[in-house]
Amino acid sequence: MGKLRYALFTGCTAKQSTPEQMMSTLAVAEKLGIELVELTEASCCGASHLQDYDDFLSLVLNARNIAYAEKHELTMVTICNTCQLNTAMTKHRLDNNATLKARVNEKLGEVGLEYKGTSQITHFLYAIIDDIGLDKVKEMVTTPLSQFNIAPFYGCHNIRPSELQNETHKTPENPYNPRSLDDLIIACGGVSVDYEEKNKCCGFHVELQAPKTSAILAGKAVAGAMDANADWMVTPCPLCHLKLDTQTGHLSEAVGREVALPVLHMQQMLGLALGCSAEELGFKHHVEKVNFV
Amino acid sequence: MSTNKITTQKVNFKVFRFNADEDYLPYYENYDMEVTSEEVVLDILNRIKWDHDGSFSYRRSCRHGICGACAIQVNGRQTLACKENMSNMIELFGNELTIEPQSTKRAVKDMIIDKGDFWQKHDAIKPYLISDIDENPEHEHLVTPEEAEELNEADLCIQCGACHYACPVVEVNEDFFGPAAFAKAYRFEADVRDNAHTTRLLELHEEKQGLWDCVKCFECAEACPKDVNPIEKITKLHQMLFREGVATSNVATRHAVAFKHSIARYGVLDEGGMVLYSERAAIVKHIPLALNMFVKGKIVPPWGITKSENLDEIQKLIKSSSTAKF
Repeated sequence: MGKLRYALFTGCTAKQSTPEQMMSTLAVAEKLGIELVELTEASCCGASHLQDYDDFLSLVLNARNIAYAEKHELTMVTICNTCQLNTAMTKHRLDNNATLKARVNEKLGEVGLEYKGTSQITHFLYAIIDDIGLDKVKEMVTTPLSQFNIAPFYGCHNIRPSELQNETHKTPENPYNPRSLDDLIIACGGVSVDYEEKNKCCGFHVELQAPKTSAILAGKAVAGAMDANADWMVTPCPLCHLKLDTQTGHLSEAVGREVALPVLHMQQMLGLALGCSAEELGFKHHVEKVNFV
Repeated sequence: MSTNKITTQKVNFKVFRFNADEDYLPYYENYDMEVTSEEVVLDILNRIKWDHDGSFSYRRSCRHGICGACAIQVNGRQTLACKENMSNMIELFGNELTIEPQSTKRAVKDMIIDKGDFWQKHDAIKPYLISDIDENPEHEHLVTPEEAEELNEADLCIQCGACHYACPVVEVNEDFFGPAAFAKAYRFEADVRDNAHTTRLLELHEEKQGLWDCVKCFECAEACPKDVNPIEKITKLHQMLFREGVATSNVATRHAVAFKHSIARYGVLDEGGMVLYSERAAIVKHIPLALNMFVKGKIVPPWGITKSENLDEIQKLIKSSSTAKF
């Protein structure tokens, strides 16, 4: 097998509010022997909010991002669930609607680009599971996380809508009983914790317009993980991470009890198991202290 | 004729039981049954009643996925009992299945819930055509296939409530109208014969009902047994408000528009600037959080943002592709 190469769509948060996610992505890629070609031309995916405002514009911008991955002739890897959703949704709609694709390409033509539909789009979590394999990951683990009960938090936009999501990776995922993150925890030597909220919503997307709803949903998620005896949580989504990690005070107030757990990015968990240092994984950027490393 | 062989499996059912007139708390009854691959979930409900306990209560009527009466939950998944094959359920969840009503806190008797909140919200969006019609019309009101296409199958809804009770916002905010009501509103908003257009749209836009409070979790799309895809309809209502130029300024609409401004300026988001644009003076409430994040190196000032390369392309595309008004 040659070296795995992907076009990396970092999304916005990895470059701003979750720098630790960018650091750990690069650290883990190096350990796994993956080459990531960063799409520095990419714009924001619209995060499902630009889509509320102007559907066509969001399609054009996402198609432009994909067009750059196509130029490299690489699969696009995302590290944010919401980037994954909006990019994969764009691909799905354009690949299944020739008229829409032509309209979008008419615009892209104005800047000398074309969306062809030749690049696949997959979240880093599934790229690792599909292209490296959990057995191989397990072999590479140098520091098994065997002393930890780890609560997986999947994030909506990696598992729903399942029809779309299952187009983007080979290992099928059932949104009512997802396995990918549990299996990664187990491959890292950890104990995966089962709790009701693991495939539920963190509320991030209504943080500004419905702060109470948002805080209750996130609070319930952390409470669920705590009650299931988790030592920490892990998520493949930086938006879930922000919601669960940065404002435990609000969450506690919303659910009427103290809720707080360290929350790791999927890449950080994997990085720990593969022997990366705390510095490389950027734990100093967490608001809820990562107190066990 | 199908060549698939009928197979049988042993399944343990944990069934929610509750009688609001007699019980203080609900309890779960266990039933072990041989289930054939041909059966649907409704067959199991029938067998519990007919073979095990005649007092077991549930709603059912058409058995053809039309009336929407028999919706329940299997292992937390909203399920239309007459439509869902048992073999699918076993494949999804294994041989131990928990059968519960759509919303346990609304249970009246076993699978039967008080669906009053669903119907109230459904009625509140004026789920009918509002149109001035001549008493003695000389012509039919023709709808072209293209215009009918605009409904995007929103008219397939059978009011089963699967999306409504799958919605986490309905669960935590009793004012929230929910995906079924909004999808129904879209069904009439998209109908060319309807004259209430802007009025209904603006009523929906009122903050209390929460058209903008959808968390975008896609639980509704996943739950719908008729593929109505309610979240798509909620998104379309949002777009309609902007397209028609009737969206008024609130934190949610400003947030959506802020994406365009930020992308036009940087290609990527200016996270702090976005919050300021959306919240205006109310940004002060975010200061403690912002300070916490700042000391952890999570806040990048506008001058520190790495702009997308070839930003001129992005700016050109925004100019030539954007159609929404605000």
